[in-house]
Amino acid sequence: MSTFDDAFDADRSLTRRACACGLHRSAAEHDAAAATLRCEPAEDEEKRYQGVVASAVIRAMFPHDAARRAFLKSVGASTALAAIAQFFPIKCATEAFADAGVPEKKDLKVGFIPITCATPIIMAAPLGFYAKHGLNVEVVKTAGWAVIRDKTLNKEYDAAHMLAPMPLAISLGLGSNPIPFTVPAIENINGQGITLSIKHKERRDPRDWKGMKFAIPFDYSMHNYLLRYYLAEHGIDPDTDVQLRSVPPPEMVANLRADNIDGFLAPDNICQRAIYDGVGFMHILSKEIWDGHPCCSFAASREFITTSPNSFAALTRAIVDATAYASKAENRKQIAEVIAPANYINAPVTVLEQSLTGTYADGLGNVKTDPKRVDFDPFPWQSFAVWMLTQMKRWGQIKGDVDYKQVAEQVYLATDTRKLMAEMGLMPPNSSYKSFSVMGKRFDPEKPDDYLNSFKIRKAT
Amino acid sequence: MSVSLRLRAAILSIALFAAFIGIWHLATRGSGQVGAMSPEYAKLMGLTATQGKSAMPGPLDVGEQLWQHLQHPFYDKGPNDKGLGIQLGYSMARVGLGYFLAVIVAIPLGFLIGLSPLISRALDPFIQILKPISPLAWMPLALYTIRDSGLSAIFVIFICSVWPMLLNTAFGVAAVRREWINVARTLEVGAWRRAFTVILPAAAPTILTGMRISIGIAWLVIVAAEMLVGGTGIGYFVWNEWNNLSITNVIIAILLIGLVGMLLDQILARCTRLVTFPE
Repeated sequence: MSTFDDAFDADRSLTRRACACGLHRSAAEHDAAAATLRCEPAEDEEKRYQGVVASAVIRAMFPHDAARRAFLKSVGASTALAAIAQFFPIKCATEAFADAGVPEKKDLKVGFIPITCATPIIMAAPLGFYAKHGLNVEVVKTAGWAVIRDKTLNKEYDAAHMLAPMPLAISLGLGSNPIPFTVPAIENINGQGITLSIKHKERRDPRDWKGMKFAIPFDYSMHNYLLRYYLAEHGIDPDTDVQLRSVPPPEMVANLRADNIDGFLAPDNICQRAIYDGVGFMHILSKEIWDGHPCCSFAASREFITTSPNSFAALTRAIVDATAYASKAENRKQIAEVIAPANYINAPVTVLEQSLTGTYADGLGNVKTDPKRVDFDPFPWQSFAVWMLTQMKRWGQIKGDVDYKQVAEQVYLATDTRKLMAEMGLMPPNSSYKSFSVMGKRFDPEKPDDYLNSFKIRKAT
Repeated sequence: MSVSLRLRAAILSIALFAAFIGIWHLATRGSGQVGAMSPEYAKLMGLTATQGKSAMPGPLDVGEQLWQHLQHPFYDKGPNDKGLGIQLGYSMARVGLGYFLAVIVAIPLGFLIGLSPLISRALDPFIQILKPISPLAWMPLALYTIRDSGLSAIFVIFICSVWPMLLNTAFGVAAVRREWINVARTLEVGAWRRAFTVILPAAAPTILTGMRISIGIAWLVIVAAEMLVGGTGIGYFVWNEWNNLSITNVIIAILLIGLVGMLLDQILARCTRLVTFPE
């Protein structure tokens, strides 16, 4: 069940999962939706908010799914809405819902790295999502992941765009002092890719990649774990057979042109930029490794939550709102234009459009279409965190034992975000853990150690 | 004769410049149409890939872009996008502050070192070790301990520009001619007066030479520091344009950094000439 669902859809079960991703009513529709852009109907902002409140009302009125569906089937959704509006002040409730708790601190600074993963954080400024939740947020472009970490730890930023594993690493004290950090929302899912130098276009089998040099944006990144996973599944030991280098994204394209690296697993607009400049081609999208993988997160320190709970809630609401907006395919072109100028990402609009809409040049002369190349879903699944922790352990970043669930629950605020999203009338999932497959291999968040021990290639402990 | 030499030098300069621009233009002409591709695909690709345009911009591209910048040097389109004039202003303010702090510390300390062979020997190993450290090496340490990126940048400028001034001041003070100090002593001039009226003027040319070297270093450091901490300044501008792989704008920034550096150097060269005295 998606976060951005419509409770007024009589054909839709609110509790059962009908298809693999849970976004569609049936498995057949799931397949059909791959061709069309997005399963949810288009709605404007105002309407969605009203819908959100009305949905909450109808859900309260009909706690039993069967009864709700029978009611909607017999009278129709619009009649039902009108009927409810007569005795329940939906309009007032919508307004009341908009002003929850006065923020303690209105002027906030949020750091970001100029890549498309930061789309919701960035676009929330020019498109007014922060302002709508009573905040005056300055989004500040930052030079690299280490700098954004230090500036957030130094409280120069109130919150920041971080790679999804970074808050886990910071909380565990890997690469910095241990400071409790949290992830109230995931930014994007998918949206990365393995780009290879154009000279390797005949070398598509990873088994032939021994001795190659690859760039990743940061050690504590999904990019690192996904590339290592992908290589290891093809029998390449990422620690001994190839070289992995931490390189800031813009330098990746320059290094690829200069022949210093053979390829990279990088955030988008960088992958597409290498293609745009004619130096690389898209080997695979990261969604082909793990469809629905998290990439970047919206992170804040626990201290910020305790000292300014209302500001934090408003900020999270703005981000969830922006993410909902970005998740709609029809908004993507507009978003690309809004975030392209020098004040934000600073990249050619064509490149951002290709990354965001999923209709892209692959660098080998073909135009490909994959509307789910990048997607946006804010829910911070704790099972994501558990998976990352298994990989941190697999590659020797965590030494010794770790209490997976405890760390995941401390850092990934699924419970708080669920409450917040329910207040917003969105439909957060009931569980904080879900299992998923990475390259066809099932991951069960209940058995992380078994999962970890099932890998042949890992760093010797 | 000297006029004709100057004239000949000017002509040679212009000829060299023209040759440089000419070669640059020829080297970046691009390879013309490249392999066939569908128009649909070509629309998604950059000029380098579709028209074989050189990845390196030519002098005409740079000139055109520079003209754009010069027309609006002070625009402000939000926290991450400001005009070149504003960026240079931020950089100069940072350099000014860091450099001013360095002057306050280096000149009195240099005086002390120059006057006392004991302190000179005692501090020498520290100075020798700290002097050659690159600004980029100081940056993480500064960010971590000072916990403020703006102050860190200023600290890095301070720490990198302090050494030439310190050493030159110490050297200048130590090299004041013995006779002058002896004369002052014979006339029973007090220590303060001796320092300000005899030693300082005598050492001034050397001190100013140190200051001139330091301002050059401070200006070198600012670009590296701002590239790291980001936000504002010409170094941030370089980084931001590098992010977009806009080599044209990077070249423009290089040009401006050179010009401002020269300007700062010339100002201190003038000051040095003011205090120089014939032996």
